[in-house]
Amino acid sequence: MDHLLILPLILPLLGGLLMLLPPLTQSRVRQRNFALSLAAAGVLIAILLLVQSHSGQIIVYTLGNWAPPFGIVLVGDRLSTLMVLLTAVLAFCSLLYTFGPADEQGSFFQPLMQFQLLGINGAFLTGDIFNLFVFFEVLLIASYGLLMFGGGKQRTRAGLHYVILNLAGSAIFLFALGILYGTLGTLNIADMARQVQLVNETDLPLVKAGGLMLLIVFGLKAAILPLQFWLPAAYSAAAPPVAALFAIMTKVGVYAILRVFTVIFGDSAGDLSGLAGPWLWWLSLLTLMIGGLGTLAAKNMRRLVAHLIIISVGTLLAGLGLEREAATSAALYYLIHTTLVSAGLFLLADLIGRQRGKADDRLIAARPMHQGKWLGILFFIGALAVIGMPPLSGFVGKALLMKSALAVSEMQWLWPVLLISSLIALMALSRAGSNLFWNINGETPVATPVNPAQLTAVVLLLSTPLLMSLLGGPLTALTDATAQQLHDVPAQINGVLQTADPGGL
Amino acid sequence: MEALYAFCVGLLTACGIFLTLRGRTFPVVVGLTLLSYAVNLFLFASGRLTVSGAAVLGTSENYADPLPQALVLTAIVIGFAMTAFVVILAMRARGDLGNDHVDGKLPESTGGDRS
Repeated sequence: MDHLLILPLILPLLGGLLMLLPPLTQSRVRQRNFALSLAAAGVLIAILLLVQSHSGQIIVYTLGNWAPPFGIVLVGDRLSTLMVLLTAVLAFCSLLYTFGPADEQGSFFQPLMQFQLLGINGAFLTGDIFNLFVFFEVLLIASYGLLMFGGGKQRTRAGLHYVILNLAGSAIFLFALGILYGTLGTLNIADMARQVQLVNETDLPLVKAGGLMLLIVFGLKAAILPLQFWLPAAYSAAAPPVAALFAIMTKVGVYAILRVFTVIFGDSAGDLSGLAGPWLWWLSLLTLMIGGLGTLAAKNMRRLVAHLIIISVGTLLAGLGLEREAATSAALYYLIHTTLVSAGLFLLADLIGRQRGKADDRLIAARPMHQGKWLGILFFIGALAVIGMPPLSGFVGKALLMKSALAVSEMQWLWPVLLISSLIALMALSRAGSNLFWNINGETPVATPVNPAQLTAVVLLLSTPLLMSLLGGPLTALTDATAQQLHDVPAQINGVLQTADPGGL
Repeated sequence: MEALYAFCVGLLTACGIFLTLRGRTFPVVVGLTLLSYAVNLFLFASGRLTVSGAAVLGTSENYADPLPQALVLTAIVIGFAMTAFVVILAMRARGDLGNDHVDGKLPESTGGDRS
């Protein structure tokens, strides 16, 4: 059996444990080097997995060799391997940033990062919804530690809200799982997709309730409108490499929504198909608006980027709310773009803040930056990409998304809301940029050059919008294939359960 | 038995939700704990309630669904760890922020008692 699929889980688990043992635990330099080499290995493995799954084959890894509906499986289809690759790239860049050094305010930073990666990779690869819960908890408990890393009032306050909300979320998740197990009799996602077609009339409201409770939990993770208030405080308080890695955390929620509501409650679910669509659609439009208002109200760059993440979540979920292949494909393209760019902006906010002395990254007058020109160019690229100006990938993503709205009733809502939120982002970012770079008072700057490793990390992340629009053709082909595979529910069921009888009973 | 069981789960959940909505960290932590008890009982019941049924096949005529029992064990362990963490965090917040309100500051108008 091919053991490649479990490596994205084993490597961070063992790596994190090794870092707690003597040869590595004494030296931060050794820890950093070890973590970076693990991340590089992670990128390689993810690329191999993506190549393997790109043929359309669904890689199934049966843990303990128990057959799928009863045993626990890891599933590597195009979507999950793509997400694992995205995580690996992001992890590599955030770990590169810690060479700054940015991990010396406390202990256990590097091991926590590895456990966080274990949780994220696990959530993407698991084919079993209870294990999705377990991996959510793994990534959450690591993220609690990371969020509080460095200490301070801001982080404690944000951390308390974050932890309490997520504990309540976990309780709802378990209630939903209990309801779904009680009615469907299985927790394997592919098997649930099959059982959901056979639900009898009396159980229907229960399954519906269970499904919508899952939507609440994933919505909390993804930060949809009524559940997004924790995000700006938490993300802007976190240490920069942590905030960069957290850029993928909201996407774990988006991924879970995509997986559960396309495969289980998808087109073939009979009465239950399209369960989340209307909710997602309206809430995502409202999320776009509230995110826009947030960017206007932001007083520093970190908070601005945090609100931009809310806008990006709104954009993504509007794509999922359309519930068709083309929209899913556009949302996936936009997801890759927005994760990497917003991570890059979080790191850039730290670089900018450090050169502005006491003003930090607040949008007020400050002394001129030592390397203002270069940071300015990076900010400009990042801002263009986030707003969605041509020729960068944000534009391609938003254009694809608007193109996938077919009916007039969809266009009349999506187009204006998406475009106005982009306009608001444009205004907020122009204001931020002119304040950060041009609003200068005081004397000549003290020479505080940017650390080359940190600069490399930011340049790597912010060069992706350029690359993504240059390689737009192959990338959209990839996301199209991914969306096609995801929406083909019978093939999914068949691929995971390896039964001759796909779906129809 | 079912009715009593359902009533207990419902009562625990209601108390949990009520306490979670309080303004100070200690009732919130207790509320989350009650909520996790309710969830554990609920998960256990999702495999249907069976009296004197073995969880292993072939040992008796009458058997219980073993999967929810495994799920509950996992949920208990995770819930325990999370509760421990949130207790420490609440104490840390009390130390860092100087009060035990979840927002880190006491509301001005109420005089602090009812929150």
